[in-house]
Amino acid sequence: MVTVRLAHETDFAGFRHAARRLAAHAVPPADVVWRVGEAAGDLLSADEPLPPPIAAERELRVPRLFVPLAEAVVCHSSPDRFALLYRILTRFFVEPRLLQIATDPDVSAARRMEKSIGRDVHKMHAFVRFRAVPTDEGERFVAWFEPEHFIEERAAPFFRDRFAPMHWTILTPRVAIVWDTETLAFGPGGRREDVPGEDATEDLWRTYYANIFNPARLKVKAMTAEMPKKYWRNLPEAALIPSLIAGAERRAAGMIAAAPTLPPAYHDRIRIRDGERIEAMADTEATDLDRVREEAAGCRRCPLYANATQTVFGEGPQAADVMFVGEQPGDREDLVGRPFVGPAGQVFDEAVTEAGIDRARCYVTNAVKHFKFEPRGKRRLHKKPNGGEIEACRWWLAKEITLVQPRLIVGLGGTALQSLLDRPVKITEMRGQFLEFRDGLTVFATVHPSFLLRLPDPEMKRLERARFVDDLKRVAERIAEMAA
Amino acid sequence: MAAKTILDKLAVLSDAAKYDASCASSGSEKRKAGKTTGIGSTQGMGICHAYAPDGRCISLLKILLTNFCVFDCAYCVNRSSSNVERARFTPEEVVRLTLDFYKRNYIEGLFLSSGIIRDSDYTMEQLVRVAALLREEHDFRGYIHLKAIPGASDDLIDAAGRYADRLSVNVELPTDESVERFAPEKKPAVIRQAMGALRTRIEANEDLKKAKAKVRRFAPAGQSTQMIVGADDTTDATILERSANLYGSYQLKRVYFSAFSPIPDASSALPLLKPPMMREHRLYQADWLMRFYGFDRKEIVDGAPGGMLDLTVDPKLAWALSTRDRFPVDINRADRETLLRVPGLGVKSVDRLIASRRWTTLRLADLGRIVKSLDAVRPFVVAADWHPGSALDRLDLKAKLAPSPEQLSLF
Repeated sequence: MVTVRLAHETDFAGFRHAARRLAAHAVPPADVVWRVGEAAGDLLSADEPLPPPIAAERELRVPRLFVPLAEAVVCHSSPDRFALLYRILTRFFVEPRLLQIATDPDVSAARRMEKSIGRDVHKMHAFVRFRAVPTDEGERFVAWFEPEHFIEERAAPFFRDRFAPMHWTILTPRVAIVWDTETLAFGPGGRREDVPGEDATEDLWRTYYANIFNPARLKVKAMTAEMPKKYWRNLPEAALIPSLIAGAERRAAGMIAAAPTLPPAYHDRIRIRDGERIEAMADTEATDLDRVREEAAGCRRCPLYANATQTVFGEGPQAADVMFVGEQPGDREDLVGRPFVGPAGQVFDEAVTEAGIDRARCYVTNAVKHFKFEPRGKRRLHKKPNGGEIEACRWWLAKEITLVQPRLIVGLGGTALQSLLDRPVKITEMRGQFLEFRDGLTVFATVHPSFLLRLPDPEMKRLERARFVDDLKRVAERIAEMAA
Repeated sequence: MAAKTILDKLAVLSDAAKYDASCASSGSEKRKAGKTTGIGSTQGMGICHAYAPDGRCISLLKILLTNFCVFDCAYCVNRSSSNVERARFTPEEVVRLTLDFYKRNYIEGLFLSSGIIRDSDYTMEQLVRVAALLREEHDFRGYIHLKAIPGASDDLIDAAGRYADRLSVNVELPTDESVERFAPEKKPAVIRQAMGALRTRIEANEDLKKAKAKVRRFAPAGQSTQMIVGADDTTDATILERSANLYGSYQLKRVYFSAFSPIPDASSALPLLKPPMMREHRLYQADWLMRFYGFDRKEIVDGAPGGMLDLTVDPKLAWALSTRDRFPVDINRADRETLLRVPGLGVKSVDRLIASRRWTTLRLADLGRIVKSLDAVRPFVVAADWHPGSALDRLDLKAKLAPSPEQLSLF
């Protein structure tokens, strides 16, 4: 039986040295006893020292993932941790992939220990409570903490990185962690009495704790699962817990039973002021198109308003001779609140400019004023509006046409034409035609620019874009004729 | 009347802030303290520094700057018609409290909201001022979450995003009709426009990253929102549809559900009930299934009578019980998508199971080492030494698997 004596509880270097030697000599895990500290009580036991160094030791290879696992497990308070690690180490000779088998009893035991170390470190980061001590050189911060495992060294860098400009000390039964704004030092542990018992800010913290608690949602188990009682004695707020729990039911029932009260005078003053403001707003002059736009902002003529961001109304001069009507706003238009500003809007702008049309002099709008989409995770997929939605929104398009009184309307794509002509149409049959809509108003049909975006073949895309620009050039000619 | 002390104000303004469910301090960029000035750090993962007896995490100093409010939202403790005690912090007082708490390791940072005073811009300006003092005067590097006030000007939102890690705008209630009914001064479209404006700015961060610009990112921890559940009669099916739409539309880190809870001096327009906490829990579970487990919303709500989720079992188990023909699943052969649909198997367990089975054939005991409860999984899986036989067809399977009713609240 070989007995290994490690220098201290988290002596990873000592463990590594001994484990390599023993593994190189193929000493079976059952023949090794792992101890921490100087031999004390068991002087009589027949300790066998480590065998001598051999060449095989240098050849020993372990999976890369084993080192961080072992470094964590060594910090666990279980006396069996070194035996477990050594057993896993020896198993690598026949099972080099062992660590990938999470279901293996040894691996899962080690992973569980690693997890409790992570949790203990996390809880130390969470539950250390500093107390401020005024000194001649400024404030010093001191805390007492009792971790479950040997994790002080692992937990310390967090406090350094967070409180670097402060002087602080965290005292535990095993270690004193001291930061002087320059170096992190570890000294011998101490006692709770070594830390000052008072800090006036704790009253404020307790007040906050008591008032952020909602007595109508009492869920004690959920609290203790994350803040186990073993930590309570070092948490200033924990002293309040029993009374908060005891009073919760009465407080919640009291809120429910309480009779409604009359509003305070403050409320009435605000309501009077609001009323005056609304009256003042009603007096302001608005041009007709602006008023319709405002009405449309609250439109609920179809269900599309519920998920879209906002109504995207048309824009352009009210005196425009030409109106472009698209299908519906897309993702970008929905966010910005303006028509044709997304990818299809860019295609549109470029094509219009190429055709020699000044967009700023045209009125640009859509047949449907809310974005219809299907959510896909973090994105939205465009969905074609149906007949009912087009019908419901024609109300607004009709108002726009009446107010702008264009002489030419360019319908971009099937939805626009369906809305304008009040019947489903095939864009392929109508494209390129000037249709007498009614006296003094002509409708021209072409494709929607998003059609070009959807074409996968670059050559096809080029041809179709040229066709689209040609269509717009005919529109430009008609505009010139109208001006003449 | 004597002037209120900081302690008095803190009591009023933390009580007024507790109905906002979020206390997250996660998902931001990594920061460290400076050498001589500038305390604070963020490391991506949040820390809960305490838990209240309601089981909720206390990570941030979550307070209102003031609970005076010109709005009269029926569900809200701070509505103008309520007789609750009112208070107002100065920005300097909030800064002081934040730093004092932070230095003692009580908190990860500040979550600051406010009642609407005067107008949107004035209110937003006050919030931004606190954040500006913390970041610029005190070089504070901890976490800051600010409420973005709908309707506030672009400049103020830009400034808020420069100082804050996270911004949030609450949609308040699941439908526009409910918002108008219970929060008459709030405009649902304005709320959504505010979220859309945040999304646009958050997405612009990606361009900054590509350009490697040394500009502080806009709200690096993104945006979140909250809706109150159980104040109106919206069904779970509609709520889940709403949350899916919100996730799709605004790049939200989280949509929080907040069970409508009794408040002091409630409005007669909205009678108080005990908060539907189990419902809130089931909604979160369903939301999770849609976002991380490949479930479609229809699969979850189609089997839900009246559009309401089963409160007795979790939505994954409810789905499995109604589609028993898809089980048992062979843990040694099934693909990842199929395994994720097995009750009792989480994402981590599934990944471990898949890694392990490349090297060994899994038995039931192997599975037992990587799941929380083997009893929950057993009826739905086949292992090398296990087949559930006719257990899956048992009519009392649901009763066997449903958790015994837990005392969730005391009345």
